Formats: sequence, C-alpha cells, structure tokens
Amino acid sequence: MRKVAIYGKGGIGKSTTTQNTVAGLVEMDRKVMVVGCDPKADSTRLLLGGLAQKSVLDTLREEGEDVELEDIRKGGFGGTWCVESGGPEPGVGCAGRGIITSINMLESLGAYEESEGLDYAFYDVLGDVVCGGFAMPIRDGKAEEIYIVCSGEMMAMYAANNICKGIMKYAQSGNVRLGGLICNSRNVDNEREMIEELARKIGTQMIYFVPRDNDVQRAEINRQTVIEWKPDAPQADHYRNLAKAIDENEMFVIPSPLEIEELEQLLLDFGLLAA
Amino acid sequence: MLLRHTPTEIADRSALTINPAKTCQPIGAMYAALGVHGCLPHSHGSQGCCAYHRSTLTRHYKEPISAGTSSFTEGASVFGGQANLLQAINNIFTVYEPEVIAVHTTCLSETIGDDLPQITDKARKQGSIPDGKDVIYANTPSYVGSHVTGFANMVKGMAQVAAPTGVKNGKVNVIPGWVEPADMEEIKRLAALAGVEIILFPDTSGVLNGPMSGHYHMYPEGGVTMDELRSTGDSIGTLALGEWCSADAARYLDSTHKVPCRVLDMPFGLQATDRFVDALRTLAGRSVPDEITNERGQLVDMISDMHQYFYQKKVALVGDPDQLIAMTEFLVSLDMWPVHVVTGTPGKKFEERIRELTADLPYEVNVKAGSESDMFLLHQWIKNGSVDLIMGNTYCKYIARDEDIPYVRWGFPILDRVGHQYFPTVGYKGGLRLLEKILNVLLDRTDRDAPEQSFELVL
Repeated sequence: MRKVAIYGKGGIGKSTTTQNTVAGLVEMDRKVMVVGCDPKADSTRLLLGGLAQKSVLDTLREEGEDVELEDIRKGGFGGTWCVESGGPEPGVGCAGRGIITSINMLESLGAYEESEGLDYAFYDVLGDVVCGGFAMPIRDGKAEEIYIVCSGEMMAMYAANNICKGIMKYAQSGNVRLGGLICNSRNVDNEREMIEELARKIGTQMIYFVPRDNDVQRAEINRQTVIEWKPDAPQADHYRNLAKAIDENEMFVIPSPLEIEELEQLLLDFGLLAA
Repeated sequence: MLLRHTPTEIADRSALTINPAKTCQPIGAMYAALGVHGCLPHSHGSQGCCAYHRSTLTRHYKEPISAGTSSFTEGASVFGGQANLLQAINNIFTVYEPEVIAVHTTCLSETIGDDLPQITDKARKQGSIPDGKDVIYANTPSYVGSHVTGFANMVKGMAQVAAPTGVKNGKVNVIPGWVEPADMEEIKRLAALAGVEIILFPDTSGVLNGPMSGHYHMYPEGGVTMDELRSTGDSIGTLALGEWCSADAARYLDSTHKVPCRVLDMPFGLQATDRFVDALRTLAGRSVPDEITNERGQLVDMISDMHQYFYQKKVALVGDPDQLIAMTEFLVSLDMWPVHVVTGTPGKKFEERIRELTADLPYEVNVKAGSESDMFLLHQWIKNGSVDLIMGNTYCKYIARDEDIPYVRWGFPILDRVGHQYFPTVGYKGGLRLLEKILNVLLDRTDRDAPEQSFELVL
C-alpha cells in the first residue's frame, strides 16, 4: 500500500485535487482510503456526495474510547473509504492534537491492515505544517510520499517551500519523501515555467499542471468529482492524467528548500520575463 | 465522616469525576521503566509532571525514584521539545551514565506533537547516545486511558527493541504486568521450579525492594537487561499476564517477529495460578514439580479450612482491570460475593468479563469502567448496598472509615502501609497471603463486635 499525504497553502485546492485524483485512481481499479485531516471535515464531500459524515473526533467525544472502525469510515464513490478526522470549532481547542488522535485511532483499529486490501491511503492535510500535530501524517511509518499543491502565486510558493522544511526534518530520520509539486493553475503569467523551476530548485518535479476550468466548480456544486459528474469533460482527463502520473511516479526525494531571497528572485525573474 | 457529603442517591453524571480510580499514564511508564536494568526514566514535559510521578512511586515503594525531565518552559511549548530532549539525552549519558534512558511523553509534549522516534534518531545521529547504550520510548498522554495504559505502552516500547538473530534462545518471554517487585520475584521462582527459562520484562524485583547495604546504587542489581530485551525476538513464545497491561507488547512480538503469544489472566488466586502453571508446564514439556503441587495443596487446604468465614461475604473492589478480573474470579471461587467492582481504566470488555465471572451468582454485580467510574460512585453503591469487605488502594481508607467496613489494602498506590514490596500476592503462596489478609480483617471485626458472652478464643 502506498501512503500519500497532500499538503499546500489553505484554499489552494488540496481537497478538490485529492478527491478528483482519487476518482481517477478508482477508475484504474485502485482501492483507496481518503483521510481528511481538516477540522472543517470537508475533505471527502465530493466522494460522499455531501457532508454527511460523522468525524472520528465527534465519534470519540460522543461514544468514548470504545470506537469501532465501521463507526468512523464510510464508503464513497467507486468503493473508496472516506474518513474525516474533524476537530474543534474555529478559535477553540487543538486541531493538531485532533489529527494525532485520529491517525492513532485508525491505526489501532486496523484501517491500514493488509486485510483491508488498500492500494492507497491519502491524507488530505489542512494548510501549512503549523504545529507538530499537522506533521503527524509525515512521521515515520505514516505517509511515505508527499505531494504539495501550489500555484504560481507568491504565497502558495512560499507555503510549498515551508512545507518542504517540515518534510526535510522528518525525511532525515524516516522514509518520508517528496513526490512532486502539483500545480493547480491560477492563470498566473509564466506559471508552468515558474513552478517547474521551483520544483527543480527544490530537487523535485512538477508532477502535473492542472489547468483552471470552471467545470471543477460546477462539479463541486453538484457535490461530485469532475470524473463522476462529467466523465467526458477535458478536465476529467486532466485528473486522470494526474492520477496516472502519481501511480507511475518513481521520483521520491528529500527536498532542499530555498532561502527566502532565492524564492523572491525566482518570482522576480519569471514575473519580469512576463512584463 | 470525611466523606459525609457523598449522597446516597445516585445521579447521572456526564462530565464529572470525583476521587478517580486511576492516575496518570506516565506513572505506569515510569514504573515499567524501572524494571529495566540500569535504566533512567525520563519525563518529556514540564517539571511538575516528573515530580508528581516520582513522589507517588516513592510513597508506594519507600525507595528513591530517580528520573530526568525535559523541563519544558513556555519556549519549549511554542517551539517544540526537541532541543530540550536532545540536551537531556546528552546530559544524562554524560553525567548519570545509565545503560538506557526510557523516555515517556506527557500531556504537553503529546499535544504539541513531539515525535519521539524522530528526536531519538537525531540524538543518535549527532552522537549523544554512546555506543552500546540505548534510548527506548513510549507515548503516554494522560488524557487517554490511565496509568495502566502508560505501563502497557512502555512495555511495548521494550518489546520494540527486540532484534531477532534467527537462532532461537530456548527461552520464554513472560510479561508480568503491573504487579509488585515481590510478585515478579515469585513469578521467576515459579518458572524456575517448573523448569522454564524465562525473560521477565519488566522486572522491578531487586530494584524497588532492594536491600539497605550501606552504599547507594543509582542503578540497583535488578531489572531485565537490554541484551535480554533484544533477545525476546528469539524466544520460543510469550506469556502475557493481563490483557490491559501486557497483551500489546506480546502481540507486537507475535506479529512482528513471529514469537507466538498467549494472553493469560494475572495469576492471582487459585484458578488463574492454575492456568499460569499449566502454561509453564506445557512449555517445559514436563509434569508440574511436587513443590508447586504442595503449595497448591496448602492453598486449597486453607480455603476449605476457613470456608465458613468467606461464604457469601459481600465485597466491594476497586483497582485496575487485569487485577480485578483475577481477584473477582478468586473471590467467587471462595464463595465470596463481589458486588461492586470499579476501575477508572476504560474498557467495555472489562465490564463484560466481570459479568461473565459473576454470572452464576444470585444477584447482578455493579460494575463500571472508565473515567466516570470513580471512588465516589463506589461509595454511593456501598451506601445503597452495604458490603462486608472493601479491597482497594489506600484511597479506600476514607470510605472504609466512614462506613465502618473491614478493608484490605490491595493495588496501587498503597501510601500508608508496607509489605507489598516484599510479600507476593501472585501464585499459590500469594493466594495464601491474600486469604490471610482477608481473614485478618474479617475476624478482627468479629472480635471487635462480639458481645462478651460470645467473644471466642478459638475461631
């Protein structure tokens, strides 16, 4: 089983990209479990057709520590298993601890056992690696490949670079590796070239360039992945390609994050090129 | 009447524990760690945690308990405890020279998400862990489970150092669970009598019940050695005594290194000891030696001699799941009636097991596990259905005094009496001691309350 974690700046489209890619993997007959690590518990909405799911932490709070696997995972599109960690309301509690609790619980309940027959487990992690809890999915023995969703905007690249710092720390003592950057296009000038260059400098690859297409938003309104909602849309093919690229990926590296000056120079170079 | 405010009427509670029947995970982890030879336990958190855990163990064992702490400050809470732990590992190996450091986390380091495998790996790579020395670790957040969970987690941490060579060592791993040093000694004695070579881990005998020799030894003679722990992966099997305390480690060795495990009850009382001895006999491939058979005979003899005093006596019990299960079975076998059973350690299976063991009795047992199951509830149950005997840790003395009920100290912690360090309560010999303790308080009560005309010389 491959354990994959998807990181990236908040609002960059991690959950959307993850679920659409998972739909692509499902079409390739892969058995996938998606673990949403976001207190908003909206990482599996498109696969489940709505926000119907009770989160792991809600279940824990209501039913105590004797939780069964069937209480917390739900079947979604194409035979996927969907789990939402959940977490506190905005402004209270500790979301990071929620992720630690949730992943420990899934492990102790045997969600990753060979008998479950999983090909992939995807962790969809909220925003930046802001505290130890958000690094839980990349601790040794958890996710082994990381993909960072980013775009050509400064803050998205800055976040991607920061996440690489987190990965580097854990990669030195464990098996976690960076699998590549996924560019979720914002139609920024020279976007593809800029992210390719960023990837090269970090020591990785841009594994796929997902163009911007409003079909993604239309599918979201229908609470579906593009592949389910409009299988023949061009965007559906892009997600299929991304799924294939991940499935066939063999480039796993320990990233070397950039100094901030280097990052700004990159932006300047490619921004100036456009001007 | 120190507990005079405890009402008889039982109201539903959802978010309140009064006089908990459990304590912190790290206390269990620290106690387990002391059962490794040359080990210095280390508390990864703020200083207060470490001070509390050390003092509770000292009060129970009347021995100095040394342990390090990462001494978190506000800075460590914000930036993570890695720098503190790296410094601590370096200092401890430089100044105190243990064979091994056993690191356990605390609520704070768990919440900020410090990753012990990653930090210890870094310590090793930067050369802070001298050659031939080790660091073992366990995650022990106190907001999960109880001291029993912490104990089990550290025992699993010990199992994780197993490094099979591929050549079987002919020994059997025995994981005793949270029992006293004297009990661990007794388990070793029984195994030796049965002719089974064992690796007992943890093993606090000789560490927390050592002799006063006139010389201070920071690391006493006793404890399982790191070499023995590494060798557990080459053993022919594992006997885990107690589902809550010991099964995790045993199952780890089973699934990771194919060392087959059996989970037994802790050997308190006649039947549980029978099963333990039978397991040893099977492993040794020979019949039970006469010494053990004689000890069993003595226990059976005392049970039958004194049966009239046990018969239908109602007992309230509080303690930890593995111990309570074995004790409940023992009491039922004496024709005593365990009527109230409380543990602060969570586990639906515990409640089921106690109900099974008491299924043939002519009443329904009151049993509850988890954080809402506390001494306050036990006291209320007693007020609603009085008992002839209370068995539990020192905190029961308040209930026993208020309700004027005979009381046997048993479990953890015992802060106001001694003996538990030196006299076992496991095995047949331990069964005799338990019976002696129970009879003493019951018969003392009979004597105290007897009117002059029926104050008997012979009982």
